[in-house]
Amino acid sequence: MRQLFKFHGGVHPPTHKSESTRSPIAQAAIPSRLVIPLHQHVGNRAVPVVQVGERVLKGQIIGKPDGRLSSAVHASTSGTVSAIDMQLVAHHSGLPDLCVTIIPDGKNEWVAHGGVDYKQTPHTELRHILRLAGVVGLGGAVFPSDMKSYSNKHKIKTLVLNGAECEPYITCDDLLMRERASDILRGAEVLRELLYAEEVLIGIEDNKPEAIAAMRSAVEQDGHQHMEVIAVPTLYPGGGAKQLIRVLTGIEVAAGVRSTEKGVQCFNVATAYCVWRAITYGEPLLSRIVTVTGNVSNAQNFEVLLGTPVDELVAQAGSKSDTDRHIMGGPMMGVDLPSGAVGVTKATNCIIEASDALFPPPPPALPCIRCARCAEVCPADLQPQELYWFAKAKDFGKTQEYSLFDCIECGACAYVCPSQIPLVQYYRFAKSEIWQREQEQQAAEVARERHEFRLMRIEREKQEKAERLAQKEQAALAAKAAAAPGSATADPQANAEAALQARIEAAAARAKAQAAAEHPKNIDGLTQEQQAEIAEIEARRAKIREMAADAGADDEPPKHN
Amino acid sequence: MISALWVMIGISMLLGAVLGFSAIKFKVEGNPLVEKIDAVLPQTQCGQCGFPGCKPYAEAIAKGEADINKCPPGGEEGIRKLAELLGVEYKPFGEGAGPKAKAVAFIDEQTCIGCTLCLQACPVDAIVGAAKQMHTIIVSECTGCELCVAPCPVDCISMQPLAENISNWKWRYPTIPLVQVAAR
Repeated sequence: MRQLFKFHGGVHPPTHKSESTRSPIAQAAIPSRLVIPLHQHVGNRAVPVVQVGERVLKGQIIGKPDGRLSSAVHASTSGTVSAIDMQLVAHHSGLPDLCVTIIPDGKNEWVAHGGVDYKQTPHTELRHILRLAGVVGLGGAVFPSDMKSYSNKHKIKTLVLNGAECEPYITCDDLLMRERASDILRGAEVLRELLYAEEVLIGIEDNKPEAIAAMRSAVEQDGHQHMEVIAVPTLYPGGGAKQLIRVLTGIEVAAGVRSTEKGVQCFNVATAYCVWRAITYGEPLLSRIVTVTGNVSNAQNFEVLLGTPVDELVAQAGSKSDTDRHIMGGPMMGVDLPSGAVGVTKATNCIIEASDALFPPPPPALPCIRCARCAEVCPADLQPQELYWFAKAKDFGKTQEYSLFDCIECGACAYVCPSQIPLVQYYRFAKSEIWQREQEQQAAEVARERHEFRLMRIEREKQEKAERLAQKEQAALAAKAAAAPGSATADPQANAEAALQARIEAAAARAKAQAAAEHPKNIDGLTQEQQAEIAEIEARRAKIREMAADAGADDEPPKHN
Repeated sequence: MISALWVMIGISMLLGAVLGFSAIKFKVEGNPLVEKIDAVLPQTQCGQCGFPGCKPYAEAIAKGEADINKCPPGGEEGIRKLAELLGVEYKPFGEGAGPKAKAVAFIDEQTCIGCTLCLQACPVDAIVGAAKQMHTIIVSECTGCELCVAPCPVDCISMQPLAENISNWKWRYPTIPLVQVAAR
């Protein structure tokens, strides 16, 4: 029996998992339209590579990865692209983001695809396949998997497969492990190969005995070596990567340290499943298992095409009429969706239909009484009451001193708070303020550099111009000296003066020639009368000039009124 | 007595030599306070303070020639930081000198005649273009200083406030909504 470890704190909220585990995974119907966000992963948004009106096939790339940290986005079924525009997405802000809308044609026609044998394929190519297949962490962090399956810098000893699924209501990983255990384990083998890991530890919370049994029998059946399925105690948030690593290996991953530096890498079980499908069958990530539960008549897990509008999905589970909002994720860390029209993304593990009867609105927050129950349950071993204090006072320096960025926003503190203070909101507020300030500081740094470079450049250009002029002068002098060898021996001062004089004379000659060449254009072919008139005007002008000269000698020239 | 004197002289000469050496070796170039003030300023290089850039303003503050409330892009936060750094009282903005929402310049490419005047005005080289070629702003480098707006002979540059999107969205300060309750 393996020795297990404990992490600090943790809570036991009612799990509500049995509602959605009664029936097997159902295939959700192809919806009337797919709204596929191009930013479903950590990193840069994918760049759309299709046109409006274009017909796309199932599995065709519609957004290609942009930059190193990015992932591809695919058409989940065949159909026609009807729009590429800003649509509401599943995000806390409720703001729109760039999405591709596809009207499915119902044929579900695949693009040409095929897999490889991972044992005979170079690792670089395997990672490239994962990147183009859009495989990202399906536990909720949606970090591109190809970026995680490296072991260049640090030797990875242990690959942890996360099947803990600690958050209430969510059962998608549970059902996936029950029904598709062998593919998950094969995916884990691929990841183990990529990481050169020695062992694979699969952590599953002990409230999922069916999943544990299924995974254990699959390990035995397929004869996987160095693989162990471990039942871990049910305790929220035991499915957090750092917490699960702690429980399974006893390794504490400190603040600002990656688990890989300690020789551990963690993947979700659903990610391992997708890795296997992508490598062996060439199937990109087009669908995922989503738990639909809460205020529905038939809570169930569905295999859902990415981009399926939430409205159309929940209708299949029989959403009740008093439902007033949808929560994506669990009740502890979930996102309130801005609308039912948003599409299912790679991060959507669960949709909870919520109503006031199911989740009564919290009573107004009362003052903090500093009971420190939040500190007792904090899995990151922080002092939430202090963090709350400083975040509320906008003393962001202090929040960082109290390790704000170690907070995983699990909500255990807010769950036990007797004053019902929305603690996590304060931490999120403080974090985003700090991030924004850092960004501004960086932008200022860049602006300063660019400004200083500009000043330097202007100065340099000035200098270069002066040098060029000086060189020209020198060249002219040298040429002159060569033309008149006699004067070359004279002193340079006189030489320069002579050159100047020569230049002035040349300029004067040029001006004279120009004046001579240029004569009034309108004096040809004049009549007798016009010539007489001109002569008269000239005479008058001469007279005026004479008068002016006389007056100037006497006193001021007469002024006009 | 004499030996004590010699010891004292010896020590003083040794210490003097050490001090003299370190004065040369660790000489501080420029005024470090200017660097510190410059680090607080937002580096928009807009000149709204009346100085030609952030560095000259920082120098003026260090010399005590300028007030700390002359930098609208830095906002009140900036004034507070300067007050803290210099150990002086916080001073609110003067009338009509308050901070504006962050904006970036936008060139109407239909109207632009390619005169390059804005290129010469931009303090951070955030405008791309050449003579008689269309110009455009590099949005990510634009500091929103507005120095390019005035020189444009065809008025094709406008300042566009930065809209909130998913990537720059921030969590709001938690507030408790007020609920109307029936009077008893």
